[in-house]
Amino acid sequence: MSQHITGAESLVKSLEHADVEVVFGIPGGAILPVYDPLMDSPSVRHILVRHEQGAGHAAEGYAAASNRVGVCMATSGPGATNLVTPIADAHMDSVPMVAITGQVPSAFIGSDAFQEADIRGITMPITKHNYLVTRAEDIPRAIKEAFHLASTGRPGPVLVDITKDALQASAEFVWPSHIDLPGYKPTTKPHGRQIKEAARMIVDAHRPVFYVGGGVIRSQAHKELRQLAELTGIPVVTTLMARGAFPDSHPQHMGMPGMHGTVGAVGALQKADLLIVLGARFDDRVTGKLESFSPKSKVIHIDIDPAEIGKNRYADIPIVSDVREAIAQLVPAVTAEFDAGNRADLTAWWITLNHWRETYPLGYDQPQDGTLSPQYVIERLGKIAGPEAIYAAGVGQHQMWAAQFIGYENPNTWLNSGGLGTMGYSIPAAMGAKVGAPDKTVWAIDGDGCFQMTNQELATCTINDIPIKVALINNASLGMVRQWQNLFYNERYSNTDLHSHSVPDFVKLADAYGCHGIRVSTAEEVDKAIERSMEINDAPVVIDFQVHRDAMVWPMVAAGTGNDEIQFARDLAPQWERGDD
Amino acid sequence: MARHTLSILVQDQPGVLARISALFSRRGYNIESLAVGTTETEGVSRMTVVVNVDQHALEQVTKQLNKLINVLKIVELDDSTAIARELMLIKVKADDHSRTKVLELVELFRAKVVDVSGDAVTIEATGSIDKLEAFLNVLAPHGIKEIVQSGVVALARGGRSIADRSNKNSERSI
Repeated sequence: MSQHITGAESLVKSLEHADVEVVFGIPGGAILPVYDPLMDSPSVRHILVRHEQGAGHAAEGYAAASNRVGVCMATSGPGATNLVTPIADAHMDSVPMVAITGQVPSAFIGSDAFQEADIRGITMPITKHNYLVTRAEDIPRAIKEAFHLASTGRPGPVLVDITKDALQASAEFVWPSHIDLPGYKPTTKPHGRQIKEAARMIVDAHRPVFYVGGGVIRSQAHKELRQLAELTGIPVVTTLMARGAFPDSHPQHMGMPGMHGTVGAVGALQKADLLIVLGARFDDRVTGKLESFSPKSKVIHIDIDPAEIGKNRYADIPIVSDVREAIAQLVPAVTAEFDAGNRADLTAWWITLNHWRETYPLGYDQPQDGTLSPQYVIERLGKIAGPEAIYAAGVGQHQMWAAQFIGYENPNTWLNSGGLGTMGYSIPAAMGAKVGAPDKTVWAIDGDGCFQMTNQELATCTINDIPIKVALINNASLGMVRQWQNLFYNERYSNTDLHSHSVPDFVKLADAYGCHGIRVSTAEEVDKAIERSMEINDAPVVIDFQVHRDAMVWPMVAAGTGNDEIQFARDLAPQWERGDD
Repeated sequence: MARHTLSILVQDQPGVLARISALFSRRGYNIESLAVGTTETEGVSRMTVVVNVDQHALEQVTKQLNKLINVLKIVELDDSTAIARELMLIKVKADDHSRTKVLELVELFRAKVVDVSGDAVTIEATGSIDKLEAFLNVLAPHGIKEIVQSGVVALARGGRSIADRSNKNSERSI
């Protein structure tokens, strides 16, 4: 029996077939036909956000917390362009996301019609793929392909732009039985010979390091990673995108590398003779000056995206594969080498690593004037909320401190905007995460600058019963920019003072949004406020932690310098010599 | 830096040319020449792109192109094993005094005169980039009024077609 329905109905049906449980969006003229049948969908929940950017980041947070495809929806023109930032964000951080936008009727395309924007053209460089659909009968295939593309291979955002006439026309609904994408065949299984060679190189190395990136979280390879790490006894560093892929409490974990990484993690990469790179891409924030990055190491690079291999650093052994599959195959290959008696001694390496770890631990000074230390707040939050909670950060100093001081034990518990560095990510991402993982406590760790970019979604949270908790690290500044002005611009604080200890009053703002607002300005109040927040589950909570504004993120590799020039505090560089050859 | 000719098979879909050309520009590579046309297979177009890049950049641009969903196959055609041709139309000043000399050059380069007027001739020439450059050099003293060129198209020598050659995925397992 053929069944003729409208394009809009067919879209909703397609979303149901794609197992979508939630869509974050805002209706408007061109997408309006969809919102009528959406009202009747038994399985697709629509959450009405307050700004399309919020819809996009919510879809990202949902995806990052649940490993499912996040979905956002907007109308044509400004609705669609407001999605551009989260789409670019998802593209940089490989977040599986499908964005659906309405478009002006096909006859109006190219005429500068009301609310017309060429969103397919605009998002071409920031999507994995995108579609402009002008016929009702093409909708199911586009949606099926979009979800397939978003969630397989290297995940990423896919945009489906649908003209209003396609949504209004009627066509037979056929959910395609198979996917026909002859130009898309991601390699997910590693080459057997390369695995053998990699295993040989791993057991021979005297100073090897696992350089773990976000790919390990996306491919859910944390169990395999732990198995391989414990089998080999090799140290592990987890990048900003990989926090939680390997337990922070694990004795082999050297911490986070990069611009604000630990001396131990940065030193491990710099002095290694072998980097085993798992789902990472040699980002400039990790490598510092590329020419002086890890100068003596050979590289085994495992990534599902062949274009990442050899892009920034030559790979001695390139392995294109799903990283979980590759690690799973490395375990028996390495075991076989060990059984054959091939195993380099790592004792000297660990002596060096432990020396760095003990000499240069992460730390911070309490402010002399009795004001609140932001690092202390974040450290206490990690202790009290614990490793089972999900933490979504904004971008800046608070993001780095949250990466350093929370203490992650599980994957998908640390959400942030790593590649694009999008201020305003935190609140909507935390909202999406709470929807994707309703049984988890979700904390947004946000700065006062970021918070003022997207806090309107607190209304969405209150109304839709999404009780997130917000730890607002309020230093009344664009803190990271201020830090750079302090270090590199002679303490001339041009346009970084936000005055947010007084305007706005965040407790009143929280109250206005139907959230619980708590203000904390001394260390004594910190635990009590966090504990009280943990007990509130009927509404979002915002804690306005008014913190010291001169606190800085250390260690730091200044932009444009090499990792060897890391400083663990102002003008203090570690001594590398001991144990170095 | 060296000149490389890429033959790219793509799905013939709206926007595909924009996807390819935009990728070159956003990754910082200049296209020297680009030609697009249909192929023997319905729904498949072929682009011939000439870029001037070093080997590392060529590998990177090829991999990035391969990630485009509409790209089916990419093959690099090198000069020794491929035939590359370009079509050029050239309007050269030629009056009663100089016309004979221009026509001699046309003859010499096995080009063709396709239009004649009192003060100019229009010449159609095909050949490799080098041959056409040489042709322009000898015509220059007569005064070139206008040039238009097609962009390079290229095919591998021998009996095999691009469809028989290594698939875009084979290089992924390196």
